[in-house]
Amino acid sequence: MEIVIWTVIPLCALGIVLAIILFFVAKKFKVEEDPRIDEVEACLPGANCGGCGFPGCRGLSEAVVKSGNLDGKYCPAGGNAAMSKVAAVMGLVAEEKEPMVAVVRCCGSHDKRPQTSTYDGAKTCAIAHATSSGDTACQYGCLGYGDCVAGCHFGAISINQETGLPEIDYDKCGGCGGCAKMCPRGVIEVRPRGKNDRRVYVGCINKDKGAEAMKACKAACIGCGKCAKVCPFEAITVENNVAYIDFTKCKSCRKCVAECPTGAINAVNFPPKPATPPAPKPEAQPAPAPAEATVVENNVNNN
Amino acid sequence: MIPIAQHIGAPAEPVVAKGDTVKVGQLIAKSTGFVSANIHSSVSGTVAKIEKTIDTSGYKNTCIFINVEGDEWLETIDRTPDLKTEITMSAEEIRAKIAECGIVGTGGATFPAHVKLSVPQGKKCEHLIINGVECEPYLTADHRLMLEHTEEIMVGCKIIQKATGAEKIIIGIENNKPDAIAKMTEAAKKYGITVMPLKVKYPQGGEKQLIKATVNREIPAPPALPIDVGCVVQNVGSTFAIYEAVQKNKPLFERVVTVTGKSVKSPKNILARVGTPLSHLIAAVGGLPEDTGKVVNGGPMMGKAVKSLEVPVTKGTSGVLMFKQSESVRMEENACIRCGKCVSACCMGLEPYLLKNLAKIRDFDALKEERVLDCIECGSCSFTCPAGIPITDYIRYGKATVTKILRSKK
Repeated sequence: MEIVIWTVIPLCALGIVLAIILFFVAKKFKVEEDPRIDEVEACLPGANCGGCGFPGCRGLSEAVVKSGNLDGKYCPAGGNAAMSKVAAVMGLVAEEKEPMVAVVRCCGSHDKRPQTSTYDGAKTCAIAHATSSGDTACQYGCLGYGDCVAGCHFGAISINQETGLPEIDYDKCGGCGGCAKMCPRGVIEVRPRGKNDRRVYVGCINKDKGAEAMKACKAACIGCGKCAKVCPFEAITVENNVAYIDFTKCKSCRKCVAECPTGAINAVNFPPKPATPPAPKPEAQPAPAPAEATVVENNVNNN
Repeated sequence: MIPIAQHIGAPAEPVVAKGDTVKVGQLIAKSTGFVSANIHSSVSGTVAKIEKTIDTSGYKNTCIFINVEGDEWLETIDRTPDLKTEITMSAEEIRAKIAECGIVGTGGATFPAHVKLSVPQGKKCEHLIINGVECEPYLTADHRLMLEHTEEIMVGCKIIQKATGAEKIIIGIENNKPDAIAKMTEAAKKYGITVMPLKVKYPQGGEKQLIKATVNREIPAPPALPIDVGCVVQNVGSTFAIYEAVQKNKPLFERVVTVTGKSVKSPKNILARVGTPLSHLIAAVGGLPEDTGKVVNGGPMMGKAVKSLEVPVTKGTSGVLMFKQSESVRMEENACIRCGKCVSACCMGLEPYLLKNLAKIRDFDALKEERVLDCIECGSCSFTCPAGIPITDYIRYGKATVTKILRSKK
């Protein structure tokens, strides 16, 4: 018992003495920090995704508080909601930005893009891309080893084992671009969410000539240019045998979707189809689409 | 089907167009920089198209397609088999000739030969080391070349000596080729060349390993080159090509390729023209065995499995190996058990497990600090790993990315 007392008492005494010293040291060397940094940081999602271009949420908060303005500082993951909170803390007005979302520009699921060889190297996209061209005949499309999944800080992306392609949970995705950065082939693009969360994009980046692209994948863009011809807004350009829809010009009329012979153009969230139909067929189009399209056509004719 | 990128450095620029008639040995693509090489037609005929097609990397690259018509050679090429020992050209002329003939290192790395032979000012080439090691298992292309073209290789050595001003010539040959050592030693006496038998080990034929084994010097970390320690290394295949270029005015458009595999009917060394599809070589050895699981372009350690048999032979194709299904299956990747086998296997004294982990988490700064650029990608670490981790793949990716980052910083 005596031993216990003799150990406990000096240890407690030592603890108290050191605590007092630490208290004064902390007072003396206290780092003065703007309390607003903490407040701003509390408004942000806290995932440290780096989508804003600063080293984590703390980095963005410090930059906002130090500069005292919001120019070029935007949290894509938190979106306008987070930024308006930040603006409230700072007494500024946040600029409304169009919310973004990641889209997978590859429709080459297993049934559409047959396997031509076996890849037995390290199971990461970066290495598969660097050391081989993957196990299909398409050297541009998704490799399916899920580097993008590792790049997402919000759990918004997962590989669908049936199709072998990444699927994005649009509710969770904030469009920070973390997945796009990880993808060695640039398959993932960050695009605006679009009106009512509806958007149209080309689900292919294969730059091969039509016949070769088609041989490798049934859902490939063959660069035929039909979509570009049918688009009333000149939003579609075909370059290097692949079509691209300029989201600043696209009005989501979906004429191109119906026109595409391979179904490479994806239309997301249009009723009644819920999420990411890999290849929407013309007959599956909802009724409003042609109506909208005719209206547009009439307008063009009137002009 | 002749690819325009057959060497390290900038790809060549095609100088022929669709419909042009070409002869064997005619220049069809011009080098686009100092570290680049000319490419010559290996057949005679008409250019059908210049298009992208799949090559060894699995990616599509530009190739010149030629429809073969007859076998008409350029008149300037001396096709007589006579040995020409007299070297009439000056060092300057030799280098120009080698560059003109598009000679590259035929060991596999395909580094343009004229670059290696241009000794920078202020540096001196003391030793010329000729690489006859051929340490990759299965491959015997250089071995046959040494037996069949011994004298030509000797003259080739003398030519390189003249171009570089080397004081001594050493030919390194692994001990598993006693017949080649005997024949080369015999022939070398006349020319004052030393033949050095070397211990059989992989990768004895790596440039750095060979210099260490022959003259006991170590090359500092990249960007240092063998010339920084007074050495120039050339492969016996390249030496033979240099002989043919300088003495016979023949560009590099054909090379010896080992075509083999355990179930191959009649394995052979074939003198193949550049651009020949691998399927033709395989047909020449009795066809693709039924149990083939993988066809590898190059040696078993550093070669690459091809995606299609229509891939063309290039200047760097040292072998075509057909592995049985049972041999070609890789082990499933398991967790590292920290046995340290890769560390003892690494010929460059690196820590492969560490490099692999850093590449996995993409810490490229740390990778550079851990000297990833020293790695010669010999594949020993992957081979020895009991957990079946493809360490070399990870390191290769890390090395490529670090190189890219360093280049973009320049």
